[in-house]
Amino acid sequence: MTAASAEVATVRVKKKAGIRWTRVVLHAFLFSMAVVWLFPLLYALYTSLRPYADTARLGYVSVGGGYNLDNYIKAFTTGQLGTYFVNTLIVVIPAVFLTLLLASMAAFTISRFSWRFNLAFLMLFTAGNLLPQQVIITPLFRMFLILPLPAPLSDNGIWYDQYFGVIAIHVAFQLGFCTFVLSNYMKTIPHEITEAAVVDGAGVFQIYYKVIMPLVRPAFAALAVLETTWIYNDFFWALLLMTKSERLPITSALNNLKGNFFVDNNLLAAGAIIVALPTMIVFFAAQKQFISGLTLGSTKG
Amino acid sequence: MAAPMTPAPIDAGGTRRTRRIMIRGLVGLSAAALIFSACSSSSASSAPSAAPASQAPASAGQASEAPASADLGATTIRSNEHEKVPAASVKAMVDYCTTKTGVTAPISITNHNDFQDKFNSFMQATPDDIVKWFTGERLRFPARNGLLTAIDDVWATIGANYTDGMAKASQGDDGKKYAVPIVSYPWVVLYRKSFFQEKGYTVPKTWDEFVTLAKKIQGDGIIPLAFADKDGWPAMGTFDVLNMRVNGYQFHADLLAGKEKWTDPKVQAVFKKWAELLPYTQPDPLGRTWQEGAQTWANNKAAMYFLGTFASQQVPPADLADVDFFPFPTLGTQYDAELGIDAPVDAWILSKAPKNLPAAKAMLACFATPEAQLAFLGEDHSQIPASKVTDTSTFTEQQKKMAEIIGASGGVAQYLDRDTRSDFAGAQGMQALLQDFIKNPSQDLAAYTQKIQGVYDSLPAQ
Amino acid sequence: MTSHVAGSAAPTSPEVGAAPASKRQKNRGLLSRRDMWVLALLLGIPAFVHVFLVWVPTLASVLLSFTSWNGIGGLDRIRFVGIDNYRVLVTTYPPFWPAITHNLIWLGFFMLVATPLGIFFAVLLDKEIRGTRFYQGALYLPVVLSLAIVGFIAQLFLSTDQGLVNGVLGSFGVKPVDWLGNSSLNLWAILIFASWRQVGYVMILYLAGLKGVDPTLREAAKVDGATEVQTFFRIVFPVMRPINIVVLVITVIESLRAFDLAYIINRGLNGLELLSVLVTNNIIGEASRIGFGSAIAVVLLVVAVGPIVLYLTRTLREESR
Repeated sequence: MTAASAEVATVRVKKKAGIRWTRVVLHAFLFSMAVVWLFPLLYALYTSLRPYADTARLGYVSVGGGYNLDNYIKAFTTGQLGTYFVNTLIVVIPAVFLTLLLASMAAFTISRFSWRFNLAFLMLFTAGNLLPQQVIITPLFRMFLILPLPAPLSDNGIWYDQYFGVIAIHVAFQLGFCTFVLSNYMKTIPHEITEAAVVDGAGVFQIYYKVIMPLVRPAFAALAVLETTWIYNDFFWALLLMTKSERLPITSALNNLKGNFFVDNNLLAAGAIIVALPTMIVFFAAQKQFISGLTLGSTKG
Repeated sequence: MAAPMTPAPIDAGGTRRTRRIMIRGLVGLSAAALIFSACSSSSASSAPSAAPASQAPASAGQASEAPASADLGATTIRSNEHEKVPAASVKAMVDYCTTKTGVTAPISITNHNDFQDKFNSFMQATPDDIVKWFTGERLRFPARNGLLTAIDDVWATIGANYTDGMAKASQGDDGKKYAVPIVSYPWVVLYRKSFFQEKGYTVPKTWDEFVTLAKKIQGDGIIPLAFADKDGWPAMGTFDVLNMRVNGYQFHADLLAGKEKWTDPKVQAVFKKWAELLPYTQPDPLGRTWQEGAQTWANNKAAMYFLGTFASQQVPPADLADVDFFPFPTLGTQYDAELGIDAPVDAWILSKAPKNLPAAKAMLACFATPEAQLAFLGEDHSQIPASKVTDTSTFTEQQKKMAEIIGASGGVAQYLDRDTRSDFAGAQGMQALLQDFIKNPSQDLAAYTQKIQGVYDSLPAQ
Repeated sequence: MTSHVAGSAAPTSPEVGAAPASKRQKNRGLLSRRDMWVLALLLGIPAFVHVFLVWVPTLASVLLSFTSWNGIGGLDRIRFVGIDNYRVLVTTYPPFWPAITHNLIWLGFFMLVATPLGIFFAVLLDKEIRGTRFYQGALYLPVVLSLAIVGFIAQLFLSTDQGLVNGVLGSFGVKPVDWLGNSSLNLWAILIFASWRQVGYVMILYLAGLKGVDPTLREAAKVDGATEVQTFFRIVFPVMRPINIVVLVITVIESLRAFDLAYIINRGLNGLELLSVLVTNNIIGEASRIGFGSAIAVVLLVVAVGPIVLYLTRTLREESR
C-alpha cells in the first residue's frame, strides 16, 4: 500500500460496524461459491471410490455401500493408463523444453536488439498463437502425411502418427505465447548489462547464454509450469495426428476408454481423477508460478 | 465393464447383385469335417498397447504342423477391436493361423471410432500389412483409390470357402478381390424368452401383430422397443429395414448407390412408417448410446430391441441362452416375402505396400478358413462365420437361427453406412439427418427428403 | 484445447519498452559479422518453425477452400472449384447455420455470464480478506483441468440414467431430463461446465490487473464519497482498459475454439454443432472433404481475425510508445 492518507484510516474507523457486516456476507458468499466450484471434482472423487454394484443398487445420490480404490486399480489395469502416462511424458518433456528454448532465442533477439522488423515478428508470433487450431489442421494433417522424417525420429518415415509430429506442432503453436512473455520479461533487464558484456568482448551467443538466460529463470519457471499443464491437457493435436491408440497421450486416450467404461460412471470418474491429478498437484505445488505465468506481462511483475 | 462387442458402426456396401447368392452360401452348411481350433481366447490380451512385442510367436513345438512355408517370417496386423472380448477374438484367430502357417504377426490396435475416422490417412501413411475392414462400398472406395492390394491369387485358393455372394462382396469396382470376410451378423428384433413367457407376449410376424403387442407391453408399463442413437449410426438400421420392407431391396440398394432419388415419394413413405413406429420406441434416444439402450432391454425395462445381434453382448453371460430374436415384422407390402435384412460382413484387407507380401497372404488365406473363423468366434456367439461352415455342431441355437434368418432373406444389405458413400453416411450427412427426423418426425417430409437429396447432390463426384 | 492466448501477457506499462534508439544503434554497430549470423539463427529458427507449421497451413487452408479433394492420392488430384464450397456451405450444408448460431450463443454466454462473473470474483478477492488464498484456489482449480476432463465430469452430472442431476431431480419426483440428447438443452448444459472453467481463468487475469491499479485512485474516490460500485465502474474499470481488451479477446477466441466438450459428448451432433467440430469432421473420415472442411476453417479464420487485429493494434500502440 502506498502512503495512503490518514483520512482514509479515519474513514475506515467510522465505517467499521458496516464493514463487519458486509465482510460476513462476503465471506458467506465466497465460501458458498468456492463450495459450488469444488463440488464437481468432489463428486467425481466420491463416485470414483464407490463400487459400481453399490451405486447401481443405491443410486448415485446416496451414501453407503463400499468405499475402496477398486475403480482406480481397474482403470490402471484395463485402461492401460500407465502406458498412456509414459506417452504423455514422451510428448510433454521435449515439447516444453523446445518451446522454451526456441522462444528464448526469439525473445532474446527481439527484445535485446533492434531491427526494423522486430515488431512484425512479435505480431506474427502473437497472432499465430491466437488462431483457432481448426484453421490450420486441414493442411497440417496433409503436410504430416507428406513430410519425410528419418528414423529414429519416425518409424514410418513421415511426420504423421509420430511423437515428433505432435511435439513439433505443440512447439510451433506455443512459441507465440512464450516468445511474447519472454520478450516482455527480457525488456525489463537493463540494457547496461548487455552493453557491458559487449564492451568486454562477449559475442552475441555468450550474451544470450551466459548473461540473459540466467536472468530469466523466474519467467522460465512460470512458463514451464504453465506449458506443462497446457500440453498435458491437450486433447486435440494427438487425437488428430496419431493413429495408433497405443501411442496416445493420456488426455486423448481417456476419450478412447469411454468404449470400455461406457455405463460405469464410477470407473469413468476414477479415470478422470487419475488424469486430473498431475495437473492439480502441479497447481497446488506451484500455484505462484502458475498464476504469475499467466499474468506475466499483464502486470509487469 | 462389460465391453460391448464390435459396435460395427459405420459400414457400407452390399452390392445389389450379390444378395441372393450370398445368402444361399452363408447357409450352405453341408457336412464335412471341421477342425475346431481349441486355442481359443482364454487368455488373450486386451491391451490396446499390445504393440509388437505382445504377440506370441509360433511356438516351436507346432512347427511340424505348419505347412512347408513355415519360414515366411512375420507380417503385421492392425485391428480396430480395442475392447476385451473382440480383441481376444482377433488374437485367438491370429494365434490359430500362426500355428497353421508359421507366420508371426504382432497385432496393433486402434480404437474403433478413431480407426474409422483415420482409415484413409492411416492407409496412405505406412499401414500395417493386414488391416481390419468391411465389405461393400466401404471396401470399393479404398480399392478404387489405390489404397489396397488385390488378392486374387489368395482367392484362387480360398474361393471354395465362400459363397458367390461373399465373393462378390469382396470385390472392387475393377472386379478384383480385395478382402477376406470373417464374420457376419444380422439386424433383428431381440427379446428375452423368459420375459416374453412371463408376460405372455408372443413373437409378432406382421405389423398389426407388432402394434397389438406393443400396445399390450405399453399397457404393462414397459417400453416396447429400446432405442438409442446418440452416436448417430444405430438409427440407420431402422431406416434400412423399413425401406426394404416398404420399397424392396432393389430400391434400397439403388437409393444408397445414388441411382434413385431421396425425393422420390417412396422414401417419404418410409419415414411415415417410421413415424408410426416411434410412439412404441424408447423416448429420448439421442442422449443414449446403443450400449445403454441394450442395458434397458437386457434389464427388462424394454421388451425388445432392434439392433445387430451384437447387442446380446450386453446381457450377462449366464443369461445369454435366454436371448432370442426374430426378423423385423412384415408391413403388408409386396416385399413381405423378400424379408430384406441388414447383415454386415467384417473382413480383413491387405494394405497397398505390405512389407512381407507372402507372409501376409498366407495369413489372410488362413483367415478364410472356417476353422480360423470359429477360433475368432470362440465363446462369442453373437456372430457367425462368413465362410461356408460345414459343421454347425459348435453353433449355438442363436447362431443357427442367424444363419437361417439371413438365408431366408431375399435381399441382404450390409448397412446404410457400408452401402453408400461414407461422406454421405457420416456425422454431418445421414447421421445428423436421421437424428433430425427422430427429433421432429412430424416435419414436412417433402422438404426433409429434399434436404437429404440436397446433401447428397452437394458431394463432389467420386 | 488449452485456453490461452498470448494476449494474457499483454504489456501494459510502456515505461519498460526497449532502450532508446540511439543506444540501440550503437549496439548494432558493435556486432561482428559472426554475431549477425548468430542473431539471424536465433530468430530464424523459431520463426521458421512457427511460420512453417502455423502460417503456411493457414494460407494453405485459404487456398484449399476453393478446391475439391477427397484427401487421397497426390496433390494433382486436387480440383479447383471456385466458390462452390462456400455456396454449398451457406445453402445446403445442414449443420452450418446451427454451428454459427451455437458459436454465437457460446460467445454470448461467455460475454454475459462467465466473463462478468470472473470479473466479479476478481473484484471481491481483490479486497484481500482472510481466506482469499482458499477462495482463489477453489475458483481457479478447474482451469488446470483439461476440457476433456471437464467433459467427463459433465457427463457424470448430466447423463440421463446415471447422472447426478437427474438423480437429485428424481428424488423430488421429477421425470428424467435428457440433458445431453435434447438439442434445445444440451448446449446450455455444457455451457455451464465450460463456464465453470472459464470463470476462474478470467478471474485470475483480472485479479492480476486489479493489483496493478494504483490504490490511491480508489482511496481518493472513497474520500469523495463514491460507493464501491461507482468506484469500480467509474474509476477502476476505465483504468483497466488494457486488461479489459485482453479479457475480451480471450472470451471471443475461446468461444471460437470451443471444441473438446462438444466433441467428447457427442462428436458435435444434434444440438452441439460448432464450427470447429465441423472442420474436424470433414477432414477425418474415409472420404474426407478437404476443400470443404477448409472453407469452414476459413469462416472460422475470418471471424477470428477481428479480435486478433484488435489485440495486435493495441500491442502495436503499446510497443511503439
